Amino acid sequence: MEDMIFYDRLQFAFTITFHYIFPQLTMGLSLIIVYFKWKYLRNKTEKYNDAAKFFMKIFAINFTMGVVTGIPMEFQFGTNWAKFSELTGGIIGQTLAMEGMFSFFLESSFLALFLFGEKLMGQKLHFLTGFLVFLGSWASGYFILATNAWMQHPVGYEILDNGKFVLTHFSELFKNPWLLPAFLHNQAASLVTSSFVVASIGTFYVLRKKHIEFGKLFLKTGVIFGLISTLAVAFPTGDWNAKNVAKYQPATFAAMEGIFETEHAGSEIVLVGQPNMVEKKLDNKIAVPNVLSFLTYQEWDKQILGMDKFKKEELPDNIPALYYSYHIMVGLGTIFIGIMALAVFFLWRKKLFTIKPLLWTIMFLVPFPYIANITGWYVAELGRQPYLVYGLLRTKEGISPTVSSGNTLFTLLGFVALYMLLGLLFLVLVGKTIHQGPKPQNH
Amino acid sequence: MEIFWYLLITLVLIIFFILDGYDFGTGIIHLFLAKKEKDKEVIAKAAGLFWDSNEVWFVAAGGMLFMAFPTYYASVFSGFYLPLIIVLWLIIFRAIGLELRAQFPYEMWKNIWDKAFGVSSLLLALFFGIALGNIVRGVNLGGFENGVSAYEAHYFFLPLWNSSFSPLAENPGVIDWFTIIIGIISVVTLSLHGANWIILKTNASINQQLKKLVFKLSIVQAILTFFSLFIWFKVNPNCFNNFLDKPYLVVFPLIYFTGLVGLILVKKHQNFSRNFIFSSLLIFGGIASSLASIFPVILPSTNNVNAPLTIYNTSTTNYGLSVALNWAIVGIILMIAYFIIQKRLRKGKIDEMDYGH
Repeated sequence: MEDMIFYDRLQFAFTITFHYIFPQLTMGLSLIIVYFKWKYLRNKTEKYNDAAKFFMKIFAINFTMGVVTGIPMEFQFGTNWAKFSELTGGIIGQTLAMEGMFSFFLESSFLALFLFGEKLMGQKLHFLTGFLVFLGSWASGYFILATNAWMQHPVGYEILDNGKFVLTHFSELFKNPWLLPAFLHNQAASLVTSSFVVASIGTFYVLRKKHIEFGKLFLKTGVIFGLISTLAVAFPTGDWNAKNVAKYQPATFAAMEGIFETEHAGSEIVLVGQPNMVEKKLDNKIAVPNVLSFLTYQEWDKQILGMDKFKKEELPDNIPALYYSYHIMVGLGTIFIGIMALAVFFLWRKKLFTIKPLLWTIMFLVPFPYIANITGWYVAELGRQPYLVYGLLRTKEGISPTVSSGNTLFTLLGFVALYMLLGLLFLVLVGKTIHQGPKPQNH
Repeated sequence: MEIFWYLLITLVLIIFFILDGYDFGTGIIHLFLAKKEKDKEVIAKAAGLFWDSNEVWFVAAGGMLFMAFPTYYASVFSGFYLPLIIVLWLIIFRAIGLELRAQFPYEMWKNIWDKAFGVSSLLLALFFGIALGNIVRGVNLGGFENGVSAYEAHYFFLPLWNSSFSPLAENPGVIDWFTIIIGIISVVTLSLHGANWIILKTNASINQQLKKLVFKLSIVQAILTFFSLFIWFKVNPNCFNNFLDKPYLVVFPLIYFTGLVGLILVKKHQNFSRNFIFSSLLIFGGIASSLASIFPVILPSTNNVNAPLTIYNTSTTNYGLSVALNWAIVGIILMIAYFIIQKRLRKGKIDEMDYGH
């Protein structure tokens, strides 16, 4: 039973982590593509149109990867989490089905039109198809976040005698106080990834002295979008989310902030430190007194409950992983703001394209927003443990009753092998597209 | 309300099999018959340009099934664990095959991904047929053995096969001689459908050969159909009762046979867009008749202890179903609109289109 849950969780974690490499780029990138296309409509400079079409090619590769790795996500609810599906399908099925119908269709249809239909449609319609791709990908994020929000903070439901969760108020699913902050935070974070990718490709062209005109455009656009989105991730959206966690999941809040013991007055904010689960304390801690209380409640002396105030079975089951994920996310986010602020400052002073160390930093920064996004989701998912539906349905109660751990281990290994191949091919394709550049010669 | 959702989901699923069905069929034809590089390229494109917009119908059907019949979704997806995950892998393989072949101009590279596309299409066609065979045959609900149920009454787990390969065994596997026959019918049906699609959408040099093949395969299809009806009757003597009780259901087999007769008469007429409609009727009629034969059951039980799954004992509440109706109607209208826009953009023969890639 224990290893069964472990393999189920590992398979879901692995497949969703791999899947989320792709949507986090496409959601933000679609907005940047719409921006380029809009610039082109306004001032008819050809390079904006080329930029939009170039990034739509990158988008398309990511979208295909997102589709093929996304279908296993929908299936896995049934295959590995059958009991969870049976008990909650009447509710989360609503938002998941809406995602399939409203966003996936929109995205896939208009992506094809954008890529192949420019000559047929004329520029205004071409802009519109780009906009609809953007709308589709953001709607997709919205419905997935609505599903997740219900699991984090269930609303509009009733539990029947047989244990089934059934929907009583459809509109509550979208008025969930968890939803809007989580959605905005997620979309801002997605924009971080895509603006860093745009900036990084730009830097590559500038440093390599190839497609320099495009390189400068990408770099400039990337760092401006980058600064706006990194700021938006921290404030207001990140702040808003943290307050939600403190309010609705206080045990999670204590664990992710690393508060082992409740302080008499205001809580300190931990910057660095390693959770020591044996002695129930943080080793090698650097902390600033009272700041956490102020950030969370705007009161320096407000008491925040530590993990000592919660029963063991109410606390997340992997506290170090949760704590580290959270601190990696926040730490990276802070570094991002610094680098992007510096880049925008030099852009304003018209020196950005000549400062080599900064350019190299921006180019190699590209894996880190992915890490920040994914650790951010780990915070949400590890933080919700030991529950699938917070406070109501435990993770161990959700797995498929008939699938043995051997089967799951087999499929897990299969997914690992297949996704390694996919990842390799993905890199080859993206590398090829970047190598060809925005204006391929022999076309 | 349950009936409405059942019909809607079945319809979306059938649309998926008609649309993505020609992609599978195209892959099978590609695997066995495409020899010249020009043919390989254009036939791969006949599937490659459409697979992702066709696959969205699958995702939509899955999502709606999850919402409307959560117990069924849970039971079937976990019970058919291994075959389903294998289908997922094949879907991924097919997609990367189609997307990658044109990326590098080396013959070996193209051959590898052509085979990935062809083999996974063939196996997918086989597996989807086997799946339909399992649905009409039923499963050992509750894992009933030696007088006790191992699981709750609506759960089961099927091995890929058991050593007897018999559909009448106490614990039938996913693959037995009955489901294999349905799988083969599915392969033939989708090959027909794919051949019609290639003839309709391309100027491939094998098109004349394919026209003859359509005729030959439809004869095979007719023989297999009668053979499978006989076998089916052997496996389940009650399998035609629904059609006797509710004579209007006979319309589905009639649709099937219209398609079949139309295809056999292929030599008499030269209009190949009509043939594509006939093979679509074949798919529609085949799936609809199979499902109608067990309705309102959606998964029969092979034991007498645990009741079969029906649309009534697996659905969510009436409130959930009716509130979802509002968005589903809007959704379906939008899906059809996107579909029409897509098809209009890509009308005509593929080798005559200018996509600039």
